[in-house]
Amino acid sequence: MSIARFWRETPRRYNLGGSKCTVCGTVYFPPRAVCPECTSHRQSIERMVPFQLSGEGEVISYTVVHDAAEGFDMQVPYALGLVRTPEGPVLTGQIVDIEPGEVRIGLKVRATFRKLREEGASGVIHYGYKFTPLDDSGVLPPARGPVGPVPGKDAPRAERSPA
Amino acid sequence: MREVAVLGVGQTRFGELWDRSFREIGIEAGLQALVDAKLSSTDLGGLFLGNMASGALIDQEHIAPLILDATGLGHRHLPAVRVEGGGASGALALHQGYLAVASGLYDYVVVGGAEKLTDVPDETAARITSSAADQEWEVVFGATLPALWALVARRHMYDFGTTREQLAKVAVHSHEMGSKNPNAHFRNKLTVQQVMDAGPVAEPLGMLDCAPLSDGAAAVVLGPMESARKHTDTPIRIAASQVACDTMALHQRREITRLDSTVVAARRAYDQARRTAQDVQVAEIHDAYTISALVSLEDLGFVEKGRSGPEFASGRFGPGGRTVVNTSGGLKAQGRPFGAVGVAQVVEIVRQLRGEAKERQVSGARLGLAQDVGGTGATTVVHLLEREN
Repeated sequence: MSIARFWRETPRRYNLGGSKCTVCGTVYFPPRAVCPECTSHRQSIERMVPFQLSGEGEVISYTVVHDAAEGFDMQVPYALGLVRTPEGPVLTGQIVDIEPGEVRIGLKVRATFRKLREEGASGVIHYGYKFTPLDDSGVLPPARGPVGPVPGKDAPRAERSPA
Repeated sequence: MREVAVLGVGQTRFGELWDRSFREIGIEAGLQALVDAKLSSTDLGGLFLGNMASGALIDQEHIAPLILDATGLGHRHLPAVRVEGGGASGALALHQGYLAVASGLYDYVVVGGAEKLTDVPDETAARITSSAADQEWEVVFGATLPALWALVARRHMYDFGTTREQLAKVAVHSHEMGSKNPNAHFRNKLTVQQVMDAGPVAEPLGMLDCAPLSDGAAAVVLGPMESARKHTDTPIRIAASQVACDTMALHQRREITRLDSTVVAARRAYDQARRTAQDVQVAEIHDAYTISALVSLEDLGFVEKGRSGPEFASGRFGPGGRTVVNTSGGLKAQGRPFGAVGVAQVVEIVRQLRGEAKERQVSGARLGLAQDVGGTGATTVVHLLEREN
């Protein structure tokens, strides 16, 4: 990925800066310019405001990757998860500071700022978020059934002021 | 809108075709289809070519006129259009060809699909495979296309109790079918144990849960149904051609274990054809990963949500079943040259409906379905094809 292409998104990747629709309250990460949930999609234009995620979340699925993405070869095997935040958005990221084999659905995690990958020996270093377990007591009993709230009309919305 | 028929089909062998160029495989599939359709090239209105990544794979863009020229039609100045939709590029090209003929603007078109994956090292091809996912919000954080499908698999296992063995059965089935297809990349049979013992790629998926990197090309000739009998005794009507898209990233979907693009494209297709999933006797579905085949069976309406694992394992979708899937060997065994896949699926369905599938023939097949998926489901194309007599 080119230097400029990565650099443009650094405010989002470094600070979990998303957006919130002031019409319906749905939160997005990465930020969206238009709200897909508003019935009249158009009414949200220019009514999306910056919103920062808390960085907390819960693993809703995971895998242990052996055949690495480019630039991640030195990290295999690594755990990769889908993390649902209390604000609504789901993020894809590595689950670290835990044995990959011990990651479970329901694990409570927090985003942390880490080095993602290097573009070769002399290329740029990509930084961004990964997720670490909150603590041992943060492991929830597995809850079967549908995945939790989706960022839609019926989703509970944690009200957080932009930090 | 006019009714559109498939008048001719052609396909190269899929596999590691070291000795053959992109041009050569494109020519072979296209000419086979023209000859099969008994069509003179002077009747041809244009070419639609499905291809995902020629720039990255063979350092060549502008490939639609390149193939047109290679086929000897450069001086006729026909329109030639490349169509890209990740792994669904081939079926997306077919959709464009269908629209072109249905609209009446063109009478006869060739729809081709071609991809040359083995001219680059495997790591490069794997990186390009993952470019059908979201580079900026998935891949940059360590995701690969198989890893994303593994996330679907893990959640499917968690929500519905789907097992590792049930996933493995998908690959076993595809190889069983592929063993009867002379064009297949892999013609060896597999056991459940072999699939489960294969090296891990992204748990729970292993090497044998994933379709291979293949070279190959396929082509069909489309024309108006009203003049189809001039070309063939068994015209196959395109009863539906539908496309649906979804969010680019898996993590933005409403449900991780459901391909909404497939649900919607299938619903639109059944509505267009006034048929249901229960009417389909043969289907080519997206088994790029074992899990993608299982969720596809559910989302195409062949089986209740969450029940695909045990139902597939029971043999319900094998020979003798109400709907037999992936008689070609699917992406897993027939091969996965991205842009060629969606066209080759339709070639197989046409052969089945004409009764020309030899050892793989599903007797009495009259309605067939082809589902082509890009990435983790940001694009799905569904075609329904029906034998007319």
